[in-house]
Amino acid sequence: MGRDTVVLGAYFISSILFILGVKSLTHPDSARRGMQMAALGMLVAIVGTLFLHEIVTFRWIIIGLIVGSIIGYPLGMWVPMTAMPERIAISHTFGSLAASLVGVAEYYNAYNLAPAHGVAHIEMAALGLEVLFGSLTVTGSFMACGKLQGFVTEKSVIYPFQNETNIGMFAIAVLMFFYLLVVPGAQLVFYAMVILATLLGVLMVLPIGGADMPVLLSLFNAYTGLAAAATGFALNNYVLIITGALDGASGFILSVAMSKAMNRSFTNVLFGAFGSGAAAAGEARSAEGLTVKPITVEDAAMQLAYAREVIIVPGYGMAVAQCQHQVRELSDLIERRGGEVKFAIHPVAGRMPGHMNVLLAEVDIPYARLYGMEDINPEFNQADVALVIGANDVVNPAAKDSPGSPIYGMPILNVEEARSVIVLKRSMNPGFAGIENELFYRDKTFMLFGDAKDSLGKLISEMKNV
Amino acid sequence: MNTVIWFAQLYIAVLAGFVGYQMIARVPPLLHTPLMAATNAIDAITVVGAMVLAGRGHGWLATVLGTIAVASAMSNVVGGFLITDRMLAMFRRDSGAAAAAKAAASNGRGMH
Repeated sequence: MGRDTVVLGAYFISSILFILGVKSLTHPDSARRGMQMAALGMLVAIVGTLFLHEIVTFRWIIIGLIVGSIIGYPLGMWVPMTAMPERIAISHTFGSLAASLVGVAEYYNAYNLAPAHGVAHIEMAALGLEVLFGSLTVTGSFMACGKLQGFVTEKSVIYPFQNETNIGMFAIAVLMFFYLLVVPGAQLVFYAMVILATLLGVLMVLPIGGADMPVLLSLFNAYTGLAAAATGFALNNYVLIITGALDGASGFILSVAMSKAMNRSFTNVLFGAFGSGAAAAGEARSAEGLTVKPITVEDAAMQLAYAREVIIVPGYGMAVAQCQHQVRELSDLIERRGGEVKFAIHPVAGRMPGHMNVLLAEVDIPYARLYGMEDINPEFNQADVALVIGANDVVNPAAKDSPGSPIYGMPILNVEEARSVIVLKRSMNPGFAGIENELFYRDKTFMLFGDAKDSLGKLISEMKNV
Repeated sequence: MNTVIWFAQLYIAVLAGFVGYQMIARVPPLLHTPLMAATNAIDAITVVGAMVLAGRGHGWLATVLGTIAVASAMSNVVGGFLITDRMLAMFRRDSGAAAAAKAAASNGRGMH
């Protein structure tokens, strides 16, 4: 009784600290403190668990904790902010791997340990969901990490009957799950379901292109949460249920926000068929016969130096070129000459929700200067220059006026309303969605070609001479 | 499993889901990356279930799977909270002298 009270009390305290931690994230000033409290909650839960009377040996627990800490430390301290999307993807893999392994082991023990007690129908529901969502996320998120890191091709991989195969496999996995609810003892079906879900994770991510990564990462965030909540049901552990529900809610909210920002329906997102949009890119209007206007560094620097208001629009290109420090330096120079600089952040700029905000915060740009789409869009018509750094689809006017385009209907940043637009771009290759961008051919658009970091470096030294 | 307990769990899951939805819907897009990192770190509470599995001594297979599960969940505990803290430490409000001093300091760094 006494020891159980310690454990249950520890879990109770950590549940409260977790909820307060997540609540603190509603404001940047309170967030850090709140999350440190949540970390304390985690420590309380881990230490509390050691008091559990079921535990008869500490050796393997301690080995696991040490190995995990050794893997976790570099993942926490050494990963650069530009690599945050792949970092989050790999942690979804680890999180769901833990849940799936616990589920598989619990099921195995229920039938192979003497005395075998089997699994009750209700318990099977929890275990089934746990391993289904868990193993799907293990491979799916690993593939997502591979696409972001580059060891799996970032383009969408399309083959005939792809959607039919995926939906068919998903349907079979769900059927297996329902069969297990009726006959929990069908062990072959259980393991076949695990293997099928693992395979499905790979196949469902293959067709998804780089630009759709924010939706995918949010979706796996939700799946990891569902797997953890299901683990809580299976182990009758309330703190797991609560945190799983929190994580699931966050993944759900982010998925909805991301799909809204890309004008995709939520069902489209849930079934993972969203990658196929890129395949329709062929329908986009061709830009043949139009010409772009290149601009010299000197002219661009001149425009920026005499601008009263500049709005900088960062995109994934800024993360790839790792030029956030140069962006900061340039914005300081503009301000020193009396101009005002604001940053316009599209919800799906980058490869994960909020990616650009983190990069700009990293270089000490105060968060009050980072504006969301709704807040900044009315301001473009007062801006002298809109400076687009490595963003493409989120400023593509085809989203507004070209019904044939795959991104038609997606809300975009109104950069065209600025007096002039300067676009930093490596070359004239279309963006990741493979769509032509008419913005580049407009009269007031000037293209500054080259690597973003180089171009910014030249702009900075030129600005100093103006 | 007892039906009463099962329903209690369902109540908790639904209520936590509602609370979570209400709170997280108010997280500004500014903090969406830290939010994902944070929920991922908190979610690593599955380490608790894995610890029981690894330490219960119920057969070698469960112990091996449990130990791997402890290690992968723990990597998220350590890595997740560290990276969330690293990110959140970077978000600063624009305020008077402190910001100016910081700007000067980081300019010096940028010149190298």
